[in-house]
Amino acid sequence: MASPIAPVANFATQVYAVADAEIRKLRHDPSELLTRAIQPVIWLVLFGEVMAQVRGLASGNGPYLDFLAPGILAQSVLFAAIFYGIAAIWERDLGVLHRYMVSPAPRSALVIGKAVSSAVRGLSQAAMVYLLALLLGIAVDLNPLRLLAAIVMIALGSGLFSTFSLIIACIVRTRERFMGIGQVLTMPIFFASNAIYPIDIMPNWLKVVSLANPLTYQVDALRALMLTGGVSRYGLAVDFIVLAAIAAAMTVIAARIYPRLTM
Amino acid sequence: MDASPPPKSDLLIETNRLSKSFAGRVVVDQVDMQVRAGEIYGLIGPNGAGKSTLIKMLTTLLPPTGGDALIAGLNLRRQSGEVRASIGYVPQLVSADGALTGYENLLLSARLYLIPRAERAARIKEALEMTELTEAADRLAQNYSGGMLRRLEIAQSTLHRPRLLVMDEPTVGLDPVARDIVWDHVRDLRGRFGTTILVTTHVMQEVDALCDKVGILHRGKLVETGTPAELKASIGPEATLDDVFAAIAGKDAETSGDYRDIRQARRSAVNG
Repeated sequence: MASPIAPVANFATQVYAVADAEIRKLRHDPSELLTRAIQPVIWLVLFGEVMAQVRGLASGNGPYLDFLAPGILAQSVLFAAIFYGIAAIWERDLGVLHRYMVSPAPRSALVIGKAVSSAVRGLSQAAMVYLLALLLGIAVDLNPLRLLAAIVMIALGSGLFSTFSLIIACIVRTRERFMGIGQVLTMPIFFASNAIYPIDIMPNWLKVVSLANPLTYQVDALRALMLTGGVSRYGLAVDFIVLAAIAAAMTVIAARIYPRLTM
Repeated sequence: MDASPPPKSDLLIETNRLSKSFAGRVVVDQVDMQVRAGEIYGLIGPNGAGKSTLIKMLTTLLPPTGGDALIAGLNLRRQSGEVRASIGYVPQLVSADGALTGYENLLLSARLYLIPRAERAARIKEALEMTELTEAADRLAQNYSGGMLRRLEIAQSTLHRPRLLVMDEPTVGLDPVARDIVWDHVRDLRGRFGTTILVTTHVMQEVDALCDKVGILHRGKLVETGTPAELKASIGPEATLDDVFAAIAGKDAETSGDYRDIRQARRSAVNG
């Protein structure tokens, strides 16, 4: 009982409890994963094929579709993660959240549990995009080590944005308000990043915004990890540290304000 | 109304001028409430009297703005984590997750309450048997009837053998048969584990038949406490609890309850 690792093991059990419940729900109804796979198809096939005609959009020498694929991967993970906030409000309205909040689990364990389940969702999204990229003849790198590193980056990004979404939910508190603000937040995160065009072609003010945007670092890492011969502009270590630090900060904030939802 | 105050250790809930106000509006007003170990305590009062707010404070969901409380000997403000570990709570809304099976809901609770892995399976099996949900264990909870859902929630809330079970209008929206079954399980819990139970309800027959003690909350104040017999006797020889309720809450009862209260109660009724 007095084992020094007991608190850590208990915390892990509670994180796992939350994540496992979410994953079981996804297993009961996996249709969401398929419908969510439609959006990246549209972006890569419609948007990508057209924009590929524009010369000089891709930085470096590769084709535009190759440049775009990691951006669309990050985008579909982002869009799935952003829904966590509305799910949290929905759980509060139903009453399910009360069950979590009266349990002795630390609030940080609840927040991390949700982030882990978002990461699992994000990774299943990512698997779809990888498959799609292979079908489109994009130079996908399947080196196991690079795949593993890509998994880490996707999980981090997904956890980060789902926790961010949770924070917004705790602030706005109602579904209606979240719907409004969700769009207002998601689009700038997506467009003010290097996801679909290089930062170099942006006006200076937007460059600054993009450099403060965690999605930029996730996409940068994925460009290096997903594509054969891909290189990271900022360095994988920088990408990782930025994502991990922001995710940690978000977790601390979310753990503080999550209980407000049931007040 | 107690002839002699019970010894300290015998109290599962002891509040001291516990209060809550929202933006200057006092909703719970200096409540001094005592619930003894093993008791079934019924908290009644018209909509908007502050019952749900009081319950939310006692279950640590809402921080008090004044006063204090000891729950199972633990300080509500300073030991909220420990308080949560020693109580169970069945909220008015449907707190079981409809997208999970009955078994999965129980597994979630078992893990959140850190029931040792070696005991989990046995505890869940026992809880399913006690609430007669064994056969429905692998069905999604969204396909349960209102009574089954409530039983599942009670099972989830008592898996860790809490000393105190708090239930906010657990039988709202249930038909009389389902209601009786829920109450049988509640009695069973007290019989087997000595669980103390704090319950809010609007059904006076229920209070009469089940509660050892009743507290009446009116405009945020605990205005009357006693056994159902004592309360009735205070009104008159033939009085029912409905008469007691009407005498205290009378004029307010018809006009009380804001939109949110009513929406919640009706939704619970629909889901039930």
